[in-house]
Amino acid sequence: MKLKSWKELEEGGVVRNTPTSLEYKTGDWRIKTPFFLEGECSQCLLCFLYCPDSAIKVKFGKVVGIDLDYCKGCGICANVCTRGAIYMKEEDI
Amino acid sequence: MKVETKKFLAKTGNEAAAYAMKQINPDVVAAYPITPSSEIVMIFSKYVADGEVDTEFIPVESEHSAISVCIGASASGARVMTATSSQGLALMHEILYIASFLRLPIVMVVGNRALSGPLNIHCDHSDTMGSRDSGWIQMYCENANEVYHTIINAVKISERANLPSMVMMDGFIVTHGMEKVFVLEDEDVRNFIGKRKPLYSLLDVEKPITLGSLTLFDYYFEHKRNQLEGVLKSKKIIDEVFEEYSNRFGINIPSFVEEYNMEGAEVVVIVMSSAAGTFKEAVDILKDKGEKVGVLRLKIMRPFPYEILREKLSNVKVVGVMDRAETFSSMGGPLSIEVKAALYPLSKRPLVQNFIFGLGGREFGIEDAINVFEILKGIKKRNAVSEEFIYIGLRE
Repeated sequence: MKLKSWKELEEGGVVRNTPTSLEYKTGDWRIKTPFFLEGECSQCLLCFLYCPDSAIKVKFGKVVGIDLDYCKGCGICANVCTRGAIYMKEEDI
Repeated sequence: MKVETKKFLAKTGNEAAAYAMKQINPDVVAAYPITPSSEIVMIFSKYVADGEVDTEFIPVESEHSAISVCIGASASGARVMTATSSQGLALMHEILYIASFLRLPIVMVVGNRALSGPLNIHCDHSDTMGSRDSGWIQMYCENANEVYHTIINAVKISERANLPSMVMMDGFIVTHGMEKVFVLEDEDVRNFIGKRKPLYSLLDVEKPITLGSLTLFDYYFEHKRNQLEGVLKSKKIIDEVFEEYSNRFGINIPSFVEEYNMEGAEVVVIVMSSAAGTFKEAVDILKDKGEKVGVLRLKIMRPFPYEILREKLSNVKVVGVMDRAETFSSMGGPLSIEVKAALYPLSKRPLVQNFIFGLGGREFGIEDAINVFEILKGIKKRNAVSEEFIYIGLRE
């Protein structure tokens, strides 16, 4: 994304095109990444309930994966999973 | 349209400020009382109780809350005013910067009072000098009459420049001293200031906005430069508004500086606020003896009128700068440092001597002012400044 010059900014730092939070990919903050093993999953949806960033993707009542654009890598999903269907691992950069 | 101003009232500085606020009829006033400016809000709250204004008056539990309420109200598009002094202004400190960055035209009247410690309630400029770099316009008035007119101008200047303003008067000396104040009719004041046209409004549900969002290393720098542009542009607006006011009402209210006997003056004193009156008296005495002395009263400290100082002082031999604040820089008061910096690029520049005076309300009389001129004349004779700063009226 091209950054604006000071002349292009609105006085007072007003942000008009709200909500802008969707454009901010907080997944950048992540150190460890969750990996989802679909075969181990019992679809209890605990991970979905506990995820503080709504980053567990659910379709038709089933977990289908993790939204890595917004997952901050906190590991709560892996911690609450009773089946070991989510594990945390450092990503290769 | 020129309105002849003939009506005058006997008012103290605080009364004059409250009267100006009544005529301005702001949408919101939020304030917390503090000596010596308490009266402004006390008198104004009576106007509210008596139904003489339409203002929503919000009493709060501290000055930090007062200025925070002012920000919220101003961001909604309202015309907002407040008043404070000393520790109250210090308690507002962190919020002042937010008001100026958000470009909110809040007008605050300040009765200048020394900061603790030691505890003191009397006049010096340490309070507003402490917030001179907060992005607010700062206007230091000499007397109650100027306070009244400057507050009215400040509303228009702030709303055109989208910057907050502080209007200062010396605590007790002006806040509690009764003087002749020329006043306008309510209608003339309201016609002059007009309606506020805000940059944005938080209450506009059709066009929702976000205010006060986080900016990091990628944007903070650009935002501060953008804010500076507003301050740079405000100089022209300040001059235009004061000129319009003076022409329209036939009353001369200076904008950045006021000159007194500057024509051909070789020794000039730069001074702010009420002590300028003392220096003018001293000049009257000395000029009758044939001495070439003058006074340049600096009214507006922010934005700093360095261009005017360069123009007015390039042919002066010695300049005395009077600081009513000790900011512990170790090289003199804040005004003197800025005056010296302003004059530095000149190839031919005057000698500059700094004086610290009147801290904590210490009396400063005509004999003190004459003493300052005597010291400056000695510097002119020797063609050298020997001391970085001189405390005048201090017991050694």
